[in-house]
Amino acid sequence: MLSASDLDTLLLTLKLASLATLIMLLIGTPLAWWLSRTQSAWKGVINAIVALPLVLPPTVLGFYLLLALGPHGAIGQLTRWLGIGGLPFTFAGLVLASVLYSLPFVVQPLQTAFAAIDQRWLDTAATLRASRLDSFFSVILPLAKHGFLSASVLGFAHTVGEFGVVLMVGGNIPDQTRVVSVQIYNHVEALEYGQAHGLAAVLLVFSFSVLLVLYSVNHKRWDGLR
Amino acid sequence: MFKHTLRVAVVFGFMLTNSIAFAETTLVAVAANFSKPMTEIAAEFAKTTGHSAKLSFGSSGKFVSQIENAAPFEIFLSADESGPEKLEQSGLAVAGSRFNYALGKLVLWSATDNYVDGQGKVLSNGSFKHIAIADPKLAPYGAAAVEVIKNLKLSDKLKPLLVQGENIAQTQQFISTGNAELGFIALSQVYENGKISSGSGWIVPDQLHAPIRQSAVLLNLGAENPAAQALLSFLNSTTAKAIISRYGYDLPQ
Repeated sequence: MLSASDLDTLLLTLKLASLATLIMLLIGTPLAWWLSRTQSAWKGVINAIVALPLVLPPTVLGFYLLLALGPHGAIGQLTRWLGIGGLPFTFAGLVLASVLYSLPFVVQPLQTAFAAIDQRWLDTAATLRASRLDSFFSVILPLAKHGFLSASVLGFAHTVGEFGVVLMVGGNIPDQTRVVSVQIYNHVEALEYGQAHGLAAVLLVFSFSVLLVLYSVNHKRWDGLR
Repeated sequence: MFKHTLRVAVVFGFMLTNSIAFAETTLVAVAANFSKPMTEIAAEFAKTTGHSAKLSFGSSGKFVSQIENAAPFEIFLSADESGPEKLEQSGLAVAGSRFNYALGKLVLWSATDNYVDGQGKVLSNGSFKHIAIADPKLAPYGAAAVEVIKNLKLSDKLKPLLVQGENIAQTQQFISTGNAELGFIALSQVYENGKISSGSGWIVPDQLHAPIRQSAVLLNLGAENPAAQALLSFLNSTTAKAIISRYGYDLPQ
C-alpha cells in the first residue's frame, strides 16, 4: 500500500518531529519558566513573539525564512561565515523552521503548568538546601509533568502536520526535506489518489491517537483532583 | 420633488443593472508561467469587450486535479496539452474547444549577472550547490527541464543538486532569493522587451526538449458564459498575440 518513497517520507517526518521536539523542550522550558515567574515589562512582548506562529499564515514565516536564511539574509550570511553553508533545502533548515513554527505549542502548556506551581514548594525546597537544579528535578518536573506531556505531544504532532513552511523552504528533496505532508500534497496534485489515501490515513490515525491519549491522560488527572 | 428623484433613481438603477447584465465575468485557471502576459491580456480584454476575467495562477497539474474535483473555473490555460486533453476526454471540458495559444520557451536563469553563459556551459563547469526546477510531475516546464538535463547527459551530476518548486513561480522565487544559484524556469518570467531583464540566462534550444505546447480549453462551467467564449477568441486576436510574443513565447503555426 505504501511505497518505499512514502515510507521514507514517514521516517524523515518522525526524525524531524523528534529532533524539533527535543530542541523545543530545551529552549521552551527555561523560556516558559521565565514567562511564568517574571514581572518584567518585556513579558508581553516575548509572549507575543512566541505566540506569533499561531496566528501568522505559514507562508509569511516561510517567506521571511527564505529571505533571512538566503545568501543575502542576516542568518544566511552568518551560517555561511560559520562554514555551515545555506540552510534552505536542508534538513537542518527544516529543523530550525519547525522549532520556530511549533514553539508556542510547547511553551504555552509549560507556562500554564509552571504558573500553577505554588512558590511555597520552591521556598521549602530552598530552605532544605536543595540546589536549583535539584529542585527543578524533584519539585518542578513532577508537579509539571502533565504540562511536559502536553508540550511534547503537541509540539511533536504539530511538527508532523507542518506543511506551508516546509513547502516554502524545503525544495522537496527526497530524504532531506520531503516530509509526509508535502508528499501527500504532491500525490493529490499528480492525481495519485490511491497513494495519497494511504499516507493520509496514516496521518489521520496518528493524529487522532495522539490527541486521544493526551485527552484521556489529562481527563484522569482532573478526575484525581476532584 | 422627492417622487421625481425617486423615479430618476429607479430608471438609472435599471440602466445600471442592464449594463451589468451585458458585462459578464469569467473565472480563469492560468498556468503560473503565463501569469504576466495573461494579466496584460485580461486588461486589454476588459477594455475591448467590457467583460472581465478573474485569474488564478498555479501549476497545471494542480489545476487539473482541482477541476476534476469541481473547481469553479470556466477556462483553463494549461502549460501543456495533456491536461486539457484529459479534461476533454473525461467530459469536463467542451469537446473541440481546445487549441494551442503559445509555445513555451525554457530558460536556464540565475539572479546573478554573468553567472549563466550563452551556451549553458555553467551546467557542466559551474560549482553550484542547488539547481531549481519545477516539480516535473506537476509542471510541464519541470518535465522539460528534466528532459534537457537528460539530453545533455548531466543527470548524474545534477540530480543530487536538484531542488523542486511546487510550480514555476515558486521555482523562480528559489532562484531570485539566491537560495538556488540557478535553475530552469519559463522565459516569460524574466523576459521583457526582447531581452532577459535581470540576472543572466541561457535560452534553451528547442531541440533539447519536446515542445511545450500550451493549450487552452473551455470548461463545461463556462460553456454558457459569453465572457468565457469571448476571452478564448480574444486569445487569438492580434492584440493578444503581440503580448504573448513580447514575453518570449513562440506562436503556434
